[in-house]
Amino acid sequence: MKALVAVKRVVDYNVKVRAKADGSDVDLNNVKMAINPFCEIAVEEAVRLKEAGTVSEIIAVSVGESSCQEQIRTALALGADRGIHVEVEGKPEPLSIAKLLKGVIEKESPDLVIMGKQSIDGDNNQTGQMLGALTGMGQGTFASEIKIADGAIEVIREVDGGLQTVALTLPAIITTDLRLNEPRYASLPNIMKAKKKPLDTYTPEDLSVAVTSHVTQISVAPPPERAAGIKVEDVAQLVDKLKNEAKVIS
Amino acid sequence: MKTLVIAEHDNSTLKAATLNAVAAAQAMGGEVDILVAGANCGAVANAAAQVPGVTKVLCADNPAYEHQLAENVSLLIAELGASYDNLLAASTANGKNIMPRAAALLDVGQISDILSVEGADTFKRPIYAGNVIATVQSADPKKVITVRTTAFDAVAAEGGSATIEACASVHDAGVSRFIREEVAKSDRPELTSASVVISGGRGMQNGDNFSLLEGIADKLNAAIGASRAAVDAGFVPNDYQVGQTGKIVAPDLYIAVGISGAIQHLAGMKDSKVIVAINKDEDAPIFQVADYGLVADLFEALPELEAAI
Repeated sequence: MKALVAVKRVVDYNVKVRAKADGSDVDLNNVKMAINPFCEIAVEEAVRLKEAGTVSEIIAVSVGESSCQEQIRTALALGADRGIHVEVEGKPEPLSIAKLLKGVIEKESPDLVIMGKQSIDGDNNQTGQMLGALTGMGQGTFASEIKIADGAIEVIREVDGGLQTVALTLPAIITTDLRLNEPRYASLPNIMKAKKKPLDTYTPEDLSVAVTSHVTQISVAPPPERAAGIKVEDVAQLVDKLKNEAKVIS
Repeated sequence: MKTLVIAEHDNSTLKAATLNAVAAAQAMGGEVDILVAGANCGAVANAAAQVPGVTKVLCADNPAYEHQLAENVSLLIAELGASYDNLLAASTANGKNIMPRAAALLDVGQISDILSVEGADTFKRPIYAGNVIATVQSADPKKVITVRTTAFDAVAAEGGSATIEACASVHDAGVSRFIREEVAKSDRPELTSASVVISGGRGMQNGDNFSLLEGIADKLNAAIGASRAAVDAGFVPNDYQVGQTGKIVAPDLYIAVGISGAIQHLAGMKDSKVIVAINKDEDAPIFQVADYGLVADLFEALPELEAAI
């Protein structure tokens, strides 16, 4: 079984991103970039499926500028077998990314597509679902556990208030949630080995996709500040304030 | 302008999140209809017809929609979408699952998690875990939108009298099948609609200690939440998680216990009216957003608090 894993290059999750003073965009000068945490979980899940003998080949694909080859190499160091870079300038939107991934799927015919539920930059939570629509595949979004048997996949999904289990026919798309697994760290020998793994590059034209824009960012601003309040001395004072000042308990 | 709001429901009751989505639809102006897609969901359609300001309720009552599988419902929404300018749903697990699939079927983008309507095609939405608010403009003729429920005050649940129209369209994509659902049974209010929320973080040390929050939650009729750190550490299940990647809450009173206040947690609760933080580290970032901060050992403070309220 062949697995395709999509990875995105994003600002490292430890970086506190700020809006530029002129409000034109966020300030990403000299910030550390990394593989999106949910994508890292996707790679880990594919590697575990390979270790279990379910998956025979893992292809890591990323859509973006040439710098995103770094994140493909990270995925290769974690255990993916080869990489595909779809080179696009600027910030392609989820629908365009989904169309490009569909193009890759048509070339590679994977049995399983695993990707993060959302990226921590745009926070859109759209690409997996859109890819499902474009390919007609079933989607197991927000997955916390998957089981593959007899040409189908059972996915336990994180839903409001609990868990939902669905069965999807393969090929299918999985989007990862936090509890699916805990990603490993890449070892130094594997990082060295990853440099020699094959990495192909496609352009949108190769995949017959027109990259279009549907949503324009007009401006960005910091969220409304919340002023710090006061420190109370003890529980008694806290309860008094909540009852008599804030009036939120009686 | 016509807007279709996708109802959030469980085939028997209309969920409050729908009322927030209707509020966003009304902020966009024009006619508002509601789609109830489910099975044996007549009671939900009746409830939706009571929502003031709603013109028409479309009721697609068919076994194919019973569990609101995205593969099936998105086909229905894409079909009905032909006669609407805007398609809206609350940004719930269901809304997030279904709407992008419908958007792609219509070959349009989606605007996720809007915080406000700035104009017919312009919206505000959080990016980078809520550290930045972006103003975005849609170029699509048809807009597919999910709504952050805490950003829009719910419309009234009763007082309207919309017409109910049966929708006979059946779409079964045949690629997915519902197996089961394990919904946590609780007498407590739901995290996203509770007026009081008490959450524990890594400082709780283990899952058993969450029982210290229960007595207080009982007295305040509060929902219990957790930080991502507490979920990652395995103290409590993921559906407790408050934060950018979990649930977004905005109760009247939010009590953060043993939570340091990571950015991603703050993104999920900082719109609460009153925030209380209990933490033994006086430099914890949570105190920067707390109205009332108590620097104390939570294992002493919680029993005291329970006794005092």
